[in-house]
Amino acid sequence: MYSKKVMEEFKNPKNIGKIEDPDAVGEVGNPICGDMMKVYLKIKDNKIIDVKVETFGCVSAIATSSKATEMVKGKTLEDAMKLTEKEVADELDGLPPIKFHCSVLAVKGIKKAIENYREKQKK
Amino acid sequence: MQNYEERKCMQLKKIYLDNAATTQVDERVLEEMQRVFLENYGNASSLHSFGQNALEEMEKSREKIARILGAKPKEIYFTSGGTESNNAAIKGIMNLNEKNKLIVSSIEHPSIIKTAEYLKEKGKKVFFAQVNEKGIIKIDELEKQIDSNTSLISVMHSNNEIGSIQPIKEIAEMCETKKVLFHSDIVQSTAKIKIDLNKLNLNLASVSGHKFYGPKGVGLLFVKEGTKIEPLIHGGGQEKKIRSGTENIPGIVGLAKALELTEENREQEMNRQEKLRDKLIKGLNEIKKSKLNGHETKRLANNVNFSFFGVEGEALITLLDFEGIQASTGSACSSKNLKISHVLEAIGLDHIWAHGSLRLSLGKNNTEKEIDYTLEKIPLVVEKLRKMSSVKI
Repeated sequence: MYSKKVMEEFKNPKNIGKIEDPDAVGEVGNPICGDMMKVYLKIKDNKIIDVKVETFGCVSAIATSSKATEMVKGKTLEDAMKLTEKEVADELDGLPPIKFHCSVLAVKGIKKAIENYREKQKK
Repeated sequence: MQNYEERKCMQLKKIYLDNAATTQVDERVLEEMQRVFLENYGNASSLHSFGQNALEEMEKSREKIARILGAKPKEIYFTSGGTESNNAAIKGIMNLNEKNKLIVSSIEHPSIIKTAEYLKEKGKKVFFAQVNEKGIIKIDELEKQIDSNTSLISVMHSNNEIGSIQPIKEIAEMCETKKVLFHSDIVQSTAKIKIDLNKLNLNLASVSGHKFYGPKGVGLLFVKEGTKIEPLIHGGGQEKKIRSGTENIPGIVGLAKALELTEENREQEMNRQEKLRDKLIKGLNEIKKSKLNGHETKRLANNVNFSFFGVEGEALITLLDFEGIQASTGSACSSKNLKISHVLEAIGLDHIWAHGSLRLSLGKNNTEKEIDYTLEKIPLVVEKLRKMSSVKI
């Protein structure tokens, strides 16, 4: 069973959609495990000024991608990289054990986007 | 009881389209059960009149059930439900017989699949017979697997997820010719399709009460006269030593009453549900990148199973629940092991399509108005999830 907060977040998910001209994109998941997320970032002065996510997945995948993106919006890249899946799950009053991988995926998506951004900057 | 109508009205504001999972007990069934609970509560093994009245109650129910299902009363053994009946049938034959090969279809209910896997671990030879992309068993391949070491074949009458109806008569004839025992899980078909057990030539069949407005926790196993079976549950020797345990007489009476009530207007009612089913299928077909899972015509009259590309089933049924519609899915995310339904896998459905599966199963309480409302809501909910999805159509 999901917590009330997970259901609330799923009912009114934030940051859902795509950014037309993103500074970085991070795509994670695979169709076999079921969940796939695509995170879009807009970055200015080392800060995440906008973030959007597209999620193909269950209730907790949608809720965690919403919550995780909310948690990194406005943060510096360094702070965003520190976000943990446990923090996301805790913000939602926990996830059923079998669904914990959803929060892992959401955090991974954001970090992958930041890494892609850093790679791009190096070039 | 005085609140029953009130309660029913309240619940009807919700649209229950999960009748393959379970059904609401019929009021008349409940009344019968309440009478037995309060008046005939004796133990059927007791020699006093309370016990004997309870015994009589049970035997009347057995006769009623046997008559409707085309069996002899002595061929009916009461159990706690479909899962127990399936376990009792498979283990009861495989543990007794010297021949050690078991063949089951790959789309059986978990109570058959898991039992077969368990027996395989214990050293039995088990073969899972494949189905085609419409969910109908490949009878030629099944036949090729039958050898002199084959003891039992188990193929369900109809599938609980995609509603596909199996060629049971042909398989039964094949089994008779090849001298192999045949069991069928008829849980989903009972009270929907006319079942004549002895004409069907089955050795064993499983039935569950709560799928047709009867109580949960009661079912039966049909064992054809002359078919030897070992008990699954040992104890006081009830049910001719085949199934020990104090008989659940209120449940048994409820099961019999439920079967009797559904049989009264079964054909007419199933024709009505079939029309609603076809209306649902026609309406859902209009959604872009959607498809019907299972067979178009060899299909339970109350089953609709659709896949919508790019949406995930658990999210889909949760949004439908917000709209008052109760349904189910074969998505991996909704399962206990994060695997897609073995039935959707067996029909070769691609993972993304399987994740987006939705099962709607009709019952006697569903109205056309409810179906119209459902057909209004599903496209909106699918659209909403597709907008969120990273998998674009």
